[in-house]
Amino acid sequence: MWSGETGMSFDIEELARLLSLLQPAPPGWVEAAQDLPRLRAGIDRLVAMAEEDAEIRARVVADLERALAEAGIDPTPRALAEARRRLET
Amino acid sequence: MQPAAGVTDAELVARCRAGDGEAWNLLVERFSRFVFAICVRGFRLSESDAEDVFQDVFAKTFEQINALRDDGAIRPWIAQLTRRACIDRLRASRETPVAEMEDTAADSLGEIERALDIQLALETLPEACGEILDRFFTRDETYKTIGEELGLPPGTIASRISRCLEKLKAAMEDPELDNRHVVG
Repeated sequence: MWSGETGMSFDIEELARLLSLLQPAPPGWVEAAQDLPRLRAGIDRLVAMAEEDAEIRARVVADLERALAEAGIDPTPRALAEARRRLET
Repeated sequence: MQPAAGVTDAELVARCRAGDGEAWNLLVERFSRFVFAICVRGFRLSESDAEDVFQDVFAKTFEQINALRDDGAIRPWIAQLTRRACIDRLRASRETPVAEMEDTAADSLGEIERALDIQLALETLPEACGEILDRFFTRDETYKTIGEELGLPPGTIASRISRCLEKLKAAMEDPELDNRHVVG
């Protein structure tokens, strides 16, 4: 929501000071957050395959990093943790 | 700059819910500075803790966006998610007394909210203004760098910044801003 600041009086120095408060987040963080839907969809597919086929599941569990990479997912620590969590539940 | 000028928060949320990947990118872009500022300015988390909280907040936003009752209320919802995640992180680290940090953060959070209002108002200005103000005030670039990047004589940068700040001030003081811009 716009939080009711519009229509109020502002002085230029205050505006400049407030502007400087919102520094950009590191680009890698933003890209990782933007990549979440693709990551989740890839893990969903992998987990679905593992649930349907015990052999695939065993292979995935044995070398999760490789399984993610083969599924087109960058095996970052975050991706590995998420995939592990999904496979355990 | 101008990641999603003219798109309301409610529209972004509705599009995200429908699986629109571009809308998700815009939503992350719109709130990334806000979440980052709450983590590092409000709660003074370390870079590593701030990164974890940042990713957790957007992961929860992605997972729970269907449960949001009011699409236009995404901003306070994200603020609350971030605040809670920061407090949990501080509790886990036990390095800083949480109550003390909550008091400190409360002062900063009001300012961060106001800063986001201004950031969003910036999106309503001509793109050149948004770009120059963002480079100077938030990216801390020099007149020389800005001049080189934007192909402008460095001697004109100060006056351009001044004119753009006046435009931003007018935008912030315009009571109609709420109705024609970003927020739901």
